Amino acid sequence: MTAQTTVAPGFSKSPKGRVGMLGMIASESTFFGCFLVVYLFYIGRSLNGPYPGEVLELPIAATVCLLSSSITIWLATRALSRDRTNVFGLWFLATIVLGALFLVATAQEWSGLIYEHGLTIRTNLFGTTFYSLVGAHAAHVTIGIVLMTLVLVLSLLGYVHVRDSERVEMLSWYWHFVDAVWIAVFTVVYVVGR
Amino acid sequence: MTVIDSEAVAIGGVRQGWLDALHGWVTTVDHKRIGILYVGSALFFMVIGGVEISIIRLQLAQAEAHLISPQTFNRLFTMHGTTMIFLFGMPMLFGIANFVIPLMLGARDLAFPRLNAFGFWLFLFGGFLLYYSYLGAEGLYGAGSAPDIGWFAYAPLTSKTFSPGNSTDYWILAILVSGFGSMLTSVNLIATTLTMRCKGMTLMRMPMMVWIMLVVSVLVVLVIPPLTAAQVMLLLDRFLGAHFFDAQAGGSALLWQHLFWFFGHPEVYILMLPGFAYASEIIPVFSRKVLFGYPAMVAATVGIGVLSLGVWAHHMFAVGLSRDLNIFFTGSTLLVAVPTGIKIFNWLGTIYGGKIRFDTPMLFCLAFLAQFVVAGLTGVILAIAPLDWQLSDSYFVVAHFHYVIVGGLLFTIFGAIYYWFPKVTGRRLSETLGRWNFWLLVIGFQITFTTMHVQGLLGMPRRIYTYPADRGWEIWNQATSVGVVFQIAAVAIFAFNVWRSLRKGQIAGDDPWDAWTLEWSTTSPPPSYNFETIPEVQSRRPLWDLKHPDDPDGIHE
Repeated sequence: MTAQTTVAPGFSKSPKGRVGMLGMIASESTFFGCFLVVYLFYIGRSLNGPYPGEVLELPIAATVCLLSSSITIWLATRALSRDRTNVFGLWFLATIVLGALFLVATAQEWSGLIYEHGLTIRTNLFGTTFYSLVGAHAAHVTIGIVLMTLVLVLSLLGYVHVRDSERVEMLSWYWHFVDAVWIAVFTVVYVVGR
Repeated sequence: MTVIDSEAVAIGGVRQGWLDALHGWVTTVDHKRIGILYVGSALFFMVIGGVEISIIRLQLAQAEAHLISPQTFNRLFTMHGTTMIFLFGMPMLFGIANFVIPLMLGARDLAFPRLNAFGFWLFLFGGFLLYYSYLGAEGLYGAGSAPDIGWFAYAPLTSKTFSPGNSTDYWILAILVSGFGSMLTSVNLIATTLTMRCKGMTLMRMPMMVWIMLVVSVLVVLVIPPLTAAQVMLLLDRFLGAHFFDAQAGGSALLWQHLFWFFGHPEVYILMLPGFAYASEIIPVFSRKVLFGYPAMVAATVGIGVLSLGVWAHHMFAVGLSRDLNIFFTGSTLLVAVPTGIKIFNWLGTIYGGKIRFDTPMLFCLAFLAQFVVAGLTGVILAIAPLDWQLSDSYFVVAHFHYVIVGGLLFTIFGAIYYWFPKVTGRRLSETLGRWNFWLLVIGFQITFTTMHVQGLLGMPRRIYTYPADRGWEIWNQATSVGVVFQIAAVAIFAFNVWRSLRKGQIAGDDPWDAWTLEWSTTSPPPSYNFETIPEVQSRRPLWDLKHPDDPDGIHE
């Protein structure tokens, strides 16, 4: 079976990027897995408040932004593979904006927690695990936005063509992964942990 | 042609404009040169780690000695452990894999050559960062230089309270950085193995080494991130006042142990499986037989990889887990003996009835077989929780894991270096010196580490700075220290052998061992593009097919 896959036309075009990105994603998954397990392990173990039930609200708007950005980046890569670079740029810009909106929402949530409720990373175990898990995810969103902005600038300068669609697709895989992590974070932090 | 020549000259070490040569090595993305850089740096760190342990053995050679201070002692064993695991073992296995695997697969390079170079430089930077702690950690605080927390750095010893200053931070960052490099290189090896095999090389026709390194790479990808996550948590604890490992705020010191050993135990297999890989290449060639039980070997390798993810808490029996956990981790650990035993019997089956050639690589592999069986047996002893309660943190444990890492891994690494040196440099290492190297190392190894079992059974704890004279430990400690002298002599002879053989060694030719895998079909050293035409294979031993067209392997597989 593998004999066929190595020689089959089309598949051997450039699967190494896909395998490489899947390896990265597997690695990142266990990284987040650790933070998620630690979060679950420490639920209800804070010695003092504020506790999650008192201060956390469901981040519906941020979640909608981030999850819909998976759709826009899919539309963007599809447009690029069909050689419609302008459409690609528009959808890509939309993805970046949606990602940035998510970060803004996170920043608002954090500033509320810090200034109104006095919850910092050193307040209690909830603060410790909350800021590190959500922060690790937000850091990955930030990296994704930086990478996408780079591609968008290159595209505006005319360097991104249909032949690059596979590479851009790899970036979109990363972005989908960041979204999937958010679903796990959302479930653990805002549903189970509240 | 000029390209090939300059490559050969550079690898052979003959003089060239040194600035050009340096520039070439620093900017290279060629998997063979990066492999040489890895192996060279690993050997460099091995010497440093060896010097550290030699000082420790001098201190322990006598009861109630005060050759060095207790603080220096703690730093030395921490640096020795960290160096040998992260700066010798891992880069060595990545270096050999870097050089050999693309050649074995009939590929022209790894899947991502620049990522490969990045991974190497991250590792080297991590290594320098760790050793810079001797100069830099003293810094503003004056709280001590190199890290002194032991290589597994248990909480709460690593908290700001007990480890003031920056030495622990150097340790954290060095491992974080080099771990990132290891992870990237492993992703690279996986992508190469899965997508760059030459025509006809199905997964079940890959050389056993490639299979094993594939499993190793998957393990690295899965278990380095938990270590990274634990290090990030520790950094947050130390710098931002988080409470992950802070028991006073409800945190758990045990959490560190779980995260660390979830990395740490698979790490043992990450280090040991490559030793199996080299043995699986060397033993068949020097027994003049195909590897016995190839599919069983593949299954056993995958089995070890899977099982290794579920055994970590056997490092933690002594902290007092629940009865159920003790039973589970005892059972899962004992299970590892099954696939490992399959491997041992397959190697024995390969040797059995073979026409054995006792060249140096084979000698190292034979010693590995014998020593690794002992290591496995003490492992079975330690896996049993009640016995572990008695022996935990004693020299018995130290003897066990040095039997694995030295008796198993270091011996096969030497075997691998003697085996592939002709391919890398075009010249063979001297057999006479090789035999001296081998026998001195065997004698030194046996004297040092066999006696350690006795010290452990007599109750000597690991990591103690000194001991009273009336415990009956002194004579055994002296023996252990004497063995180190033989090992130093062995390594010195090895260094001399490399230095001399680079200049005067016998010219190797393409295939000095009459071997069967693809790396021996190209020139020694290989040109930068590896193969003029990408080869096509029909069996697991393409060179056998080439040499014996009347009886190709394909009809038997």
